[in-house]
Amino acid sequence: MGSARTHDLRTVLSGDDIARASRRIAHEIVEKAKGASDLVLLGIPTRGVTLAHRIGAVISEIEGIQVPVGSLDITLYRDDLRLHPARALEETSIPEGGIDGKIVVLVDDVLFSGRTIRAALDALNDVGRPAAVRLAVLVDRGHRELPIRPDYVGKNIPTAASEQVRVRLTEIDGSDSVEISTGGER
Amino acid sequence: MRHLLSAADLDREAALHILDTAAEMAALSDRSVKKLPTLRGRTVVNLFFEDSTRTRISFELAAKRLSADVINFAAKGSSVSKGESLKDTALTLEAMGADAVVIRHWDSGAPHRLAHANWIGGSVINAGDGTHEHPTQALLDAYTMRRHLRDGKGALEGVRVGIVGDILHSRVARSNVLLLQTLGAEVTLVAPPTLLPIGIETWPCEVSYDIDSVLPKVDAVMMLRVQQERMQDAFFPTAREYSRLFGLNGERMSLLPDHAIVMHPGPMNRGMEISAEVADSDRAVMVEQVANGVSVRMAVMYLLLGGAKE
Repeated sequence: MGSARTHDLRTVLSGDDIARASRRIAHEIVEKAKGASDLVLLGIPTRGVTLAHRIGAVISEIEGIQVPVGSLDITLYRDDLRLHPARALEETSIPEGGIDGKIVVLVDDVLFSGRTIRAALDALNDVGRPAAVRLAVLVDRGHRELPIRPDYVGKNIPTAASEQVRVRLTEIDGSDSVEISTGGER
Repeated sequence: MRHLLSAADLDREAALHILDTAAEMAALSDRSVKKLPTLRGRTVVNLFFEDSTRTRISFELAAKRLSADVINFAAKGSSVSKGESLKDTALTLEAMGADAVVIRHWDSGAPHRLAHANWIGGSVINAGDGTHEHPTQALLDAYTMRRHLRDGKGALEGVRVGIVGDILHSRVARSNVLLLQTLGAEVTLVAPPTLLPIGIETWPCEVSYDIDSVLPKVDAVMMLRVQQERMQDAFFPTAREYSRLFGLNGERMSLLPDHAIVMHPGPMNRGMEISAEVADSDRAVMVEQVANGVSVRMAVMYLLLGGAKE
């Protein structure tokens, strides 16, 4: 499908842009939390986890302490489970020490409808009671369907609802970039 | 996949998908809130025509942890004991809107009939039928072996498994042979000739009458319960003789390689097929099998009921 139509691929963030954006986000997280002692970073699989590890590494470098990084799979909390065949689960790993009383920063690659984050908040609720939950995303592409906003954004990219935003990260895809494809459907 | 009736329904990919899903479900038991909203608003009926406590509560707990509503329908004390047919029971459950029926029945093939007779629209999960199959038991056994012998990852290539005891009446053995073969393990059945089914030579496994020659060569040994309730004929002269020839005691256990585990689907007859010394040893993983059963059944229910209806 869509192969007959032309895909216009546009690169909106280069590898360097992504590196700078994640560095800045790391600094902002530490600034707002006044240090890194109570922080827990939880990435949303798959690419959110990679980003969380990168941001965690930068924070450790700035603050000199290891920040716990984990992953939170939201599949079982999705609101559209019944619209698709049962999805495969991704890994959930909550760092030792848990999230009670901690400042949890959820990390995802793209913020779109906000439904993933709604599911993540539900999932967190079953894991523990953090002092605060914040949200860091590499790309905010708009089109929210729920009252959810990010606290840290790599880049705001206005998009049409029909466009696809593709985040590629070296650890998973071999190289770093963010691309928008228009005119194609997937 | 809509139903789970036989371990033979699962190809390698589907079986591994269930085991991987179960591994994620298992992580839930460490949490303070051991519940997921995934099957909210769905109804699971436990339809048990045959007595079973552990399998029923395992399915019940699994369904409840996924937030499904659970109805337990035991044949004793129900209209079944007044002569209601399987069909009428099924139609009743359908009218009540059951999304899944977990069935245990004394007749081999009852789950298949329930699934394919167009009586109900929901999924059917076989929780043990007659002397035929018990697929979720095979899955939890495979999950347990994978955790102990393969670090919780991949299939069971090259794992050697001995299954000892009443193969003739054992749905656990049949499902295990099928699933273990799919996952690449090598199975040896050990039993007196009277407790082997006709046609055993067509099963994808080895057969031996001598437990002592098999034990040194296996990574896992599964002891089966001697099913007194299914034994109308004399299959062996005395219980004592059976125990001496085929029971696992401490002395025999020392024949096993150091890494090998001892399994039993429960309930155990201590002193019959397994001695107390073995049952209470570090190698026995029976308690873990029970815990893994809940995770595996959660995975099966999620994969059957969690998505859109096919």
